[in-house]
Amino acid sequence: MTEPVLATSSRAVATQFDGPVEPPDLDDSQRRTTGSFATAKGRRRYGAVVVGLVLLAVLFAAGLLGWGNPMPFGTAGFWLIAERRLVGVTVMLIVAICQAMATVGFQTVTNNRIITPSIIGFESLYRAIQTTSVYLFGLGGLVAFTGLWAFSLQLAIMLGLSLALYGWLLSGKYANLQVMLLIGIITGGGLGSVASFMQRLLTPSEFDVLTARMFGSVNNADPSYFPIAIPLVVVSSAGLWLLSDRLNVVALGRDAATGLGVAYKKNLIVVLILSSTLIATSTALVGPMTFFGFLVATLAYQLADSYDHRRIFPVAVLSGFVVLSGAYFILNHVFYAAGVVSIIIELIGGSVFLFVLLRKGTL
Amino acid sequence: MIKLDGVGKDYSTDVTIGPIDLEIPQGGITALVGPNGAGKSTMLTMIGRLLRMDTGAIQVAGMNVASTRSKDLAKVLSILRQENHFVTRLTVRQLIGFGRFPHSGGRLNVADEQIISHYVDFLDLRELEGRFLDQLSGGQRQRAYVAMVLAQETPYVLLDEPLNNLDIAHSVRMMRHLRRAADELGRTIIIVLHDINFAAAYADRICMVKDGVVARFGTPAELMRQEVLSEIFNTKIHVVERQGCAPVAVYF
Repeated sequence: MTEPVLATSSRAVATQFDGPVEPPDLDDSQRRTTGSFATAKGRRRYGAVVVGLVLLAVLFAAGLLGWGNPMPFGTAGFWLIAERRLVGVTVMLIVAICQAMATVGFQTVTNNRIITPSIIGFESLYRAIQTTSVYLFGLGGLVAFTGLWAFSLQLAIMLGLSLALYGWLLSGKYANLQVMLLIGIITGGGLGSVASFMQRLLTPSEFDVLTARMFGSVNNADPSYFPIAIPLVVVSSAGLWLLSDRLNVVALGRDAATGLGVAYKKNLIVVLILSSTLIATSTALVGPMTFFGFLVATLAYQLADSYDHRRIFPVAVLSGFVVLSGAYFILNHVFYAAGVVSIIIELIGGSVFLFVLLRKGTL
Repeated sequence: MIKLDGVGKDYSTDVTIGPIDLEIPQGGITALVGPNGAGKSTMLTMIGRLLRMDTGAIQVAGMNVASTRSKDLAKVLSILRQENHFVTRLTVRQLIGFGRFPHSGGRLNVADEQIISHYVDFLDLRELEGRFLDQLSGGQRQRAYVAMVLAQETPYVLLDEPLNNLDIAHSVRMMRHLRRAADELGRTIIIVLHDINFAAAYADRICMVKDGVVARFGTPAELMRQEVLSEIFNTKIHVVERQGCAPVAVYF
């Protein structure tokens, strides 16, 4: 009986092949490599995609800052206006990072490419909070319910809900991911119904003001939220980025991941918490963006054409920013119809959702 | 050596597995056989720490399966389940590359690439290594998964019915590959098999499981007997001895 191959060091193991099995010849083994892409063509295509997206992102960002600026270029007034517009662009970047990273991470750990983190009720909760404030305190309440404290409160409630759900997932013996998602959907549905019911009891003018908040818009955001939002987003998205390698393994499923030594449940919960922090921040910042994350993640899978999260994440964030800034640029400067941007994104997102569902083979 | 000590799993008050006491020596192929629902897969997944046992303890190469870190166990034992969720945009070679994850943490070096190439060739996947998993037949995908598990280079390899969905030719080839892995690479392979004849022909030891406990454990020569097989499988089974070949169970 031969001694078992104890894999203490990869190099030591590799030398054992010199025995019964011929090692591949040197030129050959140098050529045969395992990358993030199936082919060299795929790698070049990825490079082109990233360059293209970066160019588009820069173009739209510059356009949003400088196009239609009433002051002549280079004057102090020009920069003042550009600086004010920079707030909107920053919000778009934050939202793109939040929605793209959270959706990709969430879809990987749930092994499902047609759900988004908002499934566990963030948006219904947002709607319920906003509706409650106007229902209980009238228009004045809604107007007063802005600023850093309101932002932090909403964020805290949303994170509290998600942590309660995951805490339950952690502890229960029979609790599993599917049950948790189901409970999230039911909670979200219930909150949505409560919000709709309260909305029926509002006066038309109150309802009108509330409706503006119900669609995601970068105009809802206030730069005073940044000191809380930006650190949260930076920490959470960096966390997801650092988990890329493990996410690749988790995508193989629970059993395969455990077999490869990845603590499945721990990673699952960490990714869920990071994703919900990102989505909660984005929702509290600009409002609901139901299909945006889904749209961006689906686009990223198609564009990156790789299983590797280190490749998917940047493309997802870039395409998120391009879609958002492109939509705002076109609506602001071509159609002069600012404010309906989230409706357009949701229309496109909804169509992509249907399209992907109907040809699920390519998800 | 794999040592099971009073291992049990309670699915309900009626359905319980164990207590199982078993020592599987190092080296060679050990086949787990038995009727449906006997607890073969439960036993295997408990050894592979995919399923938590309710009582008892399991040691693999001196490591307690329940208390050792999953990361460290992944360098000692690898396990392949029957059904595997597969990622569509993954090529055969990329999948096999995941077998190196416990060693490389996702960053493959030159030695890893050589090892991956070696197992691609070992399971005759050279022509398929650039193909996506969803472009493969069930048997080819099965081979790719086995290659991934072997590329993990663990002394102990646990396989849950790797012959499922394979035709006769592929089954025979798969068992020959595993035989070579045991003989040439010195792996200790524990395999759940449905076909007792494959166990008789390729395994060094057979562990017969029935009603949640180990009914018999021994070499094929010891266990391939009419009365033993008939009792385990609740069917009249004849054993045909052939000159120079493994005995064959006939149950038609």
